[in-house]
Amino acid sequence: MTAKIYEPMSRRTLLGTAAATAGLATAASIVPFGVAIGAQAKVRIGILLPYSGTYAMLGNAITDGLKLRLAEAGGKLGGRDVEFVIVDSQMSVPKAPQNTQKLIAKEKVDFLVGPVHSGIAAAMAKIVGRAGNPIMIVPNAGSNAVTGPLCASNIFRTSFSNWQPAYPGGKVMADDGHKTAVTIAWKYGAGIQMMAAGKSSFEKAGGKVVKDIQVPFPSVEFQANLSEIAALKPDAVFAFFSGGGAVKFVKDYAAAGLKEKIPLYGPGFLTEGVSMAQGAAAEGIKTTLHYADNLDNAANKAFRAGYKKMYGKEANVFSVQGYDTGSLLLIAMDAVKGDSGAKKAMIAAMEKAKIASPRGDISFSAAHNVVQDIYLRKVVKGHQNLMGVVAKQLADPARGCRLA
Amino acid sequence: MDLTAFLIQVLNGVQYGFLLFLVASGLTLIFGIMGIINLAHGAFFMIGAYLAYSLTALVGNFFIAVVVGLFAMVAIGYLIERFAISFLYRRDHLYQVLLTYGLILVFNELQKIIWGTDFHSVPVPALLAGSVPLGSTQSYPIYRFFISLVCLAIAAGMYLVIARTRLGMMIRAGAWDREVVQTLGINIGRLFAIVFSLGAALAAFAGMIGAPVSSVYPGMGDQVLIISFVVVVIGGIGSVKGAFIGAMLIGLGDTFGKVLVPNLASFVVYALMAAVLLWRPQGLFGRGT
Repeated sequence: MTAKIYEPMSRRTLLGTAAATAGLATAASIVPFGVAIGAQAKVRIGILLPYSGTYAMLGNAITDGLKLRLAEAGGKLGGRDVEFVIVDSQMSVPKAPQNTQKLIAKEKVDFLVGPVHSGIAAAMAKIVGRAGNPIMIVPNAGSNAVTGPLCASNIFRTSFSNWQPAYPGGKVMADDGHKTAVTIAWKYGAGIQMMAAGKSSFEKAGGKVVKDIQVPFPSVEFQANLSEIAALKPDAVFAFFSGGGAVKFVKDYAAAGLKEKIPLYGPGFLTEGVSMAQGAAAEGIKTTLHYADNLDNAANKAFRAGYKKMYGKEANVFSVQGYDTGSLLLIAMDAVKGDSGAKKAMIAAMEKAKIASPRGDISFSAAHNVVQDIYLRKVVKGHQNLMGVVAKQLADPARGCRLA
Repeated sequence: MDLTAFLIQVLNGVQYGFLLFLVASGLTLIFGIMGIINLAHGAFFMIGAYLAYSLTALVGNFFIAVVVGLFAMVAIGYLIERFAISFLYRRDHLYQVLLTYGLILVFNELQKIIWGTDFHSVPVPALLAGSVPLGSTQSYPIYRFFISLVCLAIAAGMYLVIARTRLGMMIRAGAWDREVVQTLGINIGRLFAIVFSLGAALAAFAGMIGAPVSSVYPGMGDQVLIISFVVVVIGGIGSVKGAFIGAMLIGLGDTFGKVLVPNLASFVVYALMAAVLLWRPQGLFGRGT
């Protein structure tokens, strides 16, 4: 595997790339002339993920998971070597169309993997869906629209729709006996869609959302809102924050003395990958997500061990999403034996894909969104421990998708 | 909103204002006295938070970590001023903006290389770990009161240094008229080096002292930088008193904006800035042009 990396590039990656390229050059120079002609070109995978800023951890975890899966398969896709073209999305929605065009038109990638941010996902999906090329796999961004109104035959999603992990969460709250709740989230695509999904199932189960608090993204100053929650005294709070914001919100919530009085719920991103940094403040928080650390299946055990061995740290849901993106790429390229021009055959194979993922068995809906189990988890000593399955093989309603 | 809820929100606003002042004061010093638009100020804030994280883990005591970190940051600030900024005083602002923007990239890369992209947090020191009840459901962490006290002390200290000491006199004079100060035989180069190091240390100090109630993550300084510029512009460029009043205004404005007009919360501080600038284009305590 080699990589071409766009700015901003860390010195380590630069050195790594240079070394790899130097190694290849030496290897190539000793290959007899005639043999080189028969060699196939590399499969080019364009990656548009954040490697700087608040969500840098997510971008790295997804990339690590993807690389682990390909390494397990011998570093080849359909018998061909793989080349990554990596672009840092910098979490910038305005730059997304230009970055996408660069990967498609200039780099002529065979596959496009990205992004993390829902706003960028919508921008990318518009371009890629209209062009019908290349095949795009979304390894995180949950924007309902990507497998809804913007769905396209060449766009797949291995992660989740914002609706998926949030919808069962509202019912969990009601089942725990809570009658009233406040929802609080960042005011952008993911936050708004997850809160709407949680609210609908909570109210369907007889609860009542008394206030919907929207915090400007990506502000991490929550004190005013916490005082508001304290004054409203709901039975429970349903929250979405992620990354650095999740760390601060959960810590502030506990520091304000609210954790014991008003239990905190939410989609699993509230504690996923950050519960170690949250420490005691996160202990016991119940969330719903499509993964739990201690899922008892062979794929998960092998995956977690392999990830730890390769990167020296614990895997999280984002690395799982990257890993499954790798699995889906393998299925597509194996089906056509490396002929990346056979788009139709690849898409057909991906639609039929059944993957024994670390998160359990997954498949794909008519709208090309992942169909998966949603788990109830609880933070125990910084780990996301499984408490049960709250939704079996849950498919996104895919409202507005013409494929579905 | 009843009276208790109102008072709690006032407390929230004032508390946020103190934190903002701590970051903005360093920016206004550098901006007002040296005429340098230091875009790397947010990066200094981030480095401060990461230093607090690493040093606390290393020496096991938050307060010692802060002191060590402060000295480190003064040294870093001094080196940056001597080996980079000092070459650009005679140049156009654009060069300074380019240089300090470049510094952001350098510090972000260094942060990634040294600390990686994971999220971290710094434990609240055991001495200040408790909280006091406030209203019927909420309680207020003692550490937040401690932050306010420290910020008050810094504000008072800065006032005393600037109003009462020889260094303060030179700083004020330097802000007023660089050439005249130079002709009076004051080594302006040394003065600028001191001011820049102090400004950098103030930003880092804010990052360090805020770390236990925040989280430590890549790019955490970007937001801080923007809001600091808002504070400085409202207060009047170069005025420490202005920065203090500006920070309080923004702290309270942001807090009550979130509660009273949640749909416009992200605009409130900028609307406030626009209103102040329409009324006094030089800022509240700026001395005009």
